[in-house]
Amino acid sequence: MAAAMQPEAAVSTTTRGAISIQDVVKIYDPHGAAVMAVDHCSLEISAGEICMVVGPSGCGKTTLLNAIAGFHEITSGRILLDGEVLCSTEKPKAEPGSDRIVVFQSGALFPWKTNLENVAFGPLVQGTLSRAEATEKALDVMADAGLSGVEHNFPGEISSGMRRRVEIVRALMNNPKVLLLDEPYRALDSLTKSVMHEALLEIYYKNKVTIFFITHDLEEAIFLGHKVAIMTTRPCRPKKILTVDIPHPRDYSVLTSRRFRELMEETNEAVHEEAIKAFAAGEKEG
Amino acid sequence: MRNGKPPLIDSIYWRGAIAIVVFLLLWEMGSLSKVWIKWESFEWLRNTLTAMGFKPAYLPWVGAIPAPTEVLHAWQGVIRDPGYWQSWYMSLFRVMAGFIAAMLIGIPFGLLLAVSRTAHGVGFPVFEVLRPIPPLAWVPASIIFWPTQEMSIAFVTFLGAFYTIVINVVGGARAIDLRYFQAARSMGSSQRDIFWRIILPGTLPSIMVGSAVGMGITWEVVVAAEMISGGGSQIGGTSGGGLGFFIWNSYVGGSYEQIVVGMISIGIAGFLSSELLRWLGHRVTPWLRLR
Repeated sequence: MAAAMQPEAAVSTTTRGAISIQDVVKIYDPHGAAVMAVDHCSLEISAGEICMVVGPSGCGKTTLLNAIAGFHEITSGRILLDGEVLCSTEKPKAEPGSDRIVVFQSGALFPWKTNLENVAFGPLVQGTLSRAEATEKALDVMADAGLSGVEHNFPGEISSGMRRRVEIVRALMNNPKVLLLDEPYRALDSLTKSVMHEALLEIYYKNKVTIFFITHDLEEAIFLGHKVAIMTTRPCRPKKILTVDIPHPRDYSVLTSRRFRELMEETNEAVHEEAIKAFAAGEKEG
Repeated sequence: MRNGKPPLIDSIYWRGAIAIVVFLLLWEMGSLSKVWIKWESFEWLRNTLTAMGFKPAYLPWVGAIPAPTEVLHAWQGVIRDPGYWQSWYMSLFRVMAGFIAAMLIGIPFGLLLAVSRTAHGVGFPVFEVLRPIPPLAWVPASIIFWPTQEMSIAFVTFLGAFYTIVINVVGGARAIDLRYFQAARSMGSSQRDIFWRIILPGTLPSIMVGSAVGMGITWEVVVAAEMISGGGSQIGGTSGGGLGFFIWNSYVGGSYEQIVVGMISIGIAGFLSSELLRWLGHRVTPWLRLR
């Protein structure tokens, strides 16, 4: 099974999942309060890249993610995936699809399904695999991600760190081009977080999907990302785009390296500035 | 996760058993107090109260209620009477018929109201106007409308559970987290998948809650309906009336111990129905067991 998956994984290494965000504007309630959430935002993400989007809570990052996922409309601009238009001024809402899977902030594993049934969900509803095949593949990828032993538990029975891992594995079962992660580790303590980071990288090295990862934790962003986009607070627009030149594969020793600290220093101020602005504006999570 | 559970269950059972025994003891003592207490020695209290404007006849006294031992004795007599079991059967049958009909009609109707905006717009206002009408207010109209008395009682019983089930289904389905829909949609679910794999399981806990509450109301309603309508006594004689009629008949016949026998029988029947639903609930919503 694992051998059969290999060629597919090789194809998906670098050619799929380039996202191009071009001049995107999002105004909530344009005829009323007219809150500008995203302001002429442009961002290029190459195929197979981990792009970390950093900004204070409520800055509009999630709005951007929802536009890519197809949950919300944009007001103007356009977003392309591998050259194809997902949404634009003419067609403001993208169609949600299994090529872009979201892993939510507070988790969206179905509580009424076991972890195994959750992981097998995608291929089953898409009709790409039979129930037996989907189950077999799900068992396989779960074992691969260190999730043996919890297959027949319900999500409510395992730790939140484990749940996040199950959710990422569930997303990958759909063979997506892009993983959209919305502060997935927000609720975890810092020790669990560090374990989750390495686990995510391990999964990433095996699957090489494009990752669009929203966070407000700069350390997390630099540790994981090829690219870190620091966003301004509402309205959201890239303030600074940083290329992290620390080579992958990385592990936790990176955190104490000199280059890591230099990059932290270089960006810390920009992030802090926006945090102060957001605090002053008194914006809540949005 | 499960450590320490067996002793916990044991202590709960012990506490429950002791509580019931203590309750019966107090009741017995209360009832026997009429024998123990010499009323003559309380003449002064009676006089004082009368002087203050109370009429002694208006004061309740637990001694008027038959003692548990007397009730038990009456029960021993009744238990061999097929008519008593016929009453059980009739009430149980009416409750189940009304309840199952309420589930079969209420669950799909509630889901329809939750899923379709049009259905909600058309159906909900009518539903909301009818809902505050107590099921017992339907008894006369129901007797006029339904050809047989049996049908009219079943209908009133059905109403008791129907509203609660529908309200819970609608509320439960609407409370399902948006993220589950988004996740299911992005993984390629069709509308059909979303209904069967998200909405239905997501509503199940509320369905079970609605059913449990509905079952309680069903017992309340069936007993009252049987008392009012004479419980279809013209079909099966006094034994065709169900437990409600059994109580009423005992009252009319002056057999006060049997009233209490009937009441406790309903308590037991209601408890068994709730247990059955709880057991069913654990079966269909296994993921809630771990909370």
